[in-house]
Amino acid sequence: MSAELINKGNGATRSLLVENLEKEYVKGKPVLKGLSFEVSGEETVGIIGPSGTGKSTLLRCINRLIEPTKGTISVAGQEITSCAGKDLRMARRHIGMVFQEYNLVERLSVIENVLCGRLGYIPVWRAWLRKFEEQDITRAFKLINHVGLSEFATQRADSLSGGQRQRVGIARAMMQGPDIIMADEPTSSLDPKTSVEIMELLKKVSQTEHIPVIINIHDVTLAKRFCDRIIGMSKGKIIFDGTPSELKDSHLSEIYGGEDWLS
Amino acid sequence: MTTNERVESPFKSSWAVRFGWLLLAAYVVYAANALDFTWSRFIEGLGNGAEFLGEMIPPNFERWKLLVENLIETIEIAVIASAFGIGLSLPIGMCSARNLMPDWVTWPARTIIAVCRSFHPVIFAILFVKAVGFGPLAGILTLIFLSIGFIGKLFAEAIEEISLKPVEAMKAAGAPFMSVLIFAVLPQVFNRFIGFATYQFDANLRNSTMVGIVGAGGIGGTLFAAFQRFDYDFLAAILISIIALIMLSELISVKIKAIFND
Repeated sequence: MSAELINKGNGATRSLLVENLEKEYVKGKPVLKGLSFEVSGEETVGIIGPSGTGKSTLLRCINRLIEPTKGTISVAGQEITSCAGKDLRMARRHIGMVFQEYNLVERLSVIENVLCGRLGYIPVWRAWLRKFEEQDITRAFKLINHVGLSEFATQRADSLSGGQRQRVGIARAMMQGPDIIMADEPTSSLDPKTSVEIMELLKKVSQTEHIPVIINIHDVTLAKRFCDRIIGMSKGKIIFDGTPSELKDSHLSEIYGGEDWLS
Repeated sequence: MTTNERVESPFKSSWAVRFGWLLLAAYVVYAANALDFTWSRFIEGLGNGAEFLGEMIPPNFERWKLLVENLIETIEIAVIASAFGIGLSLPIGMCSARNLMPDWVTWPARTIIAVCRSFHPVIFAILFVKAVGFGPLAGILTLIFLSIGFIGKLFAEAIEEISLKPVEAMKAAGAPFMSVLIFAVLPQVFNRFIGFATYQFDANLRNSTMVGIVGAGGIGGTLFAAFQRFDYDFLAAILISIIALIMLSELISVKIKAIFND
């Protein structure tokens, strides 16, 4: 699709490179303690770890919704950590994000919510007049179809179920034409069956868009089932990085602590 | 229950609160006495009222031309003031929302709103009559200030109550700040803004009947003159037309709200 090609970041490989990332909310009490990892290709990466270990902070450092304290992050070859102002905004357009609570505009329709993914590409006056490019509108409908919501395109977001809303969230992220997609606990507010469907969809997105997808996830079983690679975090450090089959109970007990829950 | 333990009441009684109520009641009685707010004074007053009402009936619509002319001026004042007032309070309200704007933006905006809210409409009207002279301009300026004070504040509060989740999503997508406002903030508050705006138009219409009393244009001037000349039957006609006008605007605002509601 030509529309997609136009939106490709800066031509470099679609990858994520994190080096020595540190984050301190309070001085002297780091939440992230020097993380380094690289993701590229069509990899689906699940980040697991106990609550409060900094998984969300990590994702939000990547698109700088949270300012990292130290370290560098590059997306598709562009260093995000040195961007400021307009450059940062331009860089963010190529990082799609999917949220635990969907973060849709409840009062807007599905198609409007999906088009919001283009706001970084169009001038303010077009946003004000709701005048999106024709190719964007065509692509938005295509994506809505792709995530299985074609009958709901003009319905308001607040009339949808949780799973449907998350599909809208994924379509919105894809609408950006991103170089990577990050999903922050995308299944934590959903029932088990819907969770599986959303994970399947994210995996599919990674393959059809040829981009890496990084997923923060609580559910180890789901992570092992759908991800190509698992990163296990504990106390702000990466303590496991490998394929799901390499992830053993001993690792899990190291990540989450204790072992009674494993049986 | 097998034990004989005393069950503790789940509702704590507070002597301080009871004493507070008692004190309030005592003060009301004292103040009523001090101001000669008594039943006999009320009965005495009723006689006066009956006389006044008697002279108002039947209302005198002979000078309907003057009445219509005044009503039109009143409506014009209200419409112009509402257009400018509501239009200005949108950006001012937005600038004073502390969840979106930095302190150096909210402080000036909040100061403007605070100034607009500080005086009663009558005081504003007198100030503007002195400043720009008699006539509708003074009335319009008065109502513009009132509108900014009222809607600006409510609108800012409405914005401060929105969900920031969509805002976060659009920031993450690289949307410019203004586009974030348009797509993530406005849809969440637009309904309420329409509600405030129609309410304010109503209030402006009512207040525009008043500003004339101090010479700032509209039907109030004629009303006041009728009072002073003991022209009570014409006064009744004016009051009736004001009531009709307000009821009409009430009707219109209900319709407007119905259109924009969800």
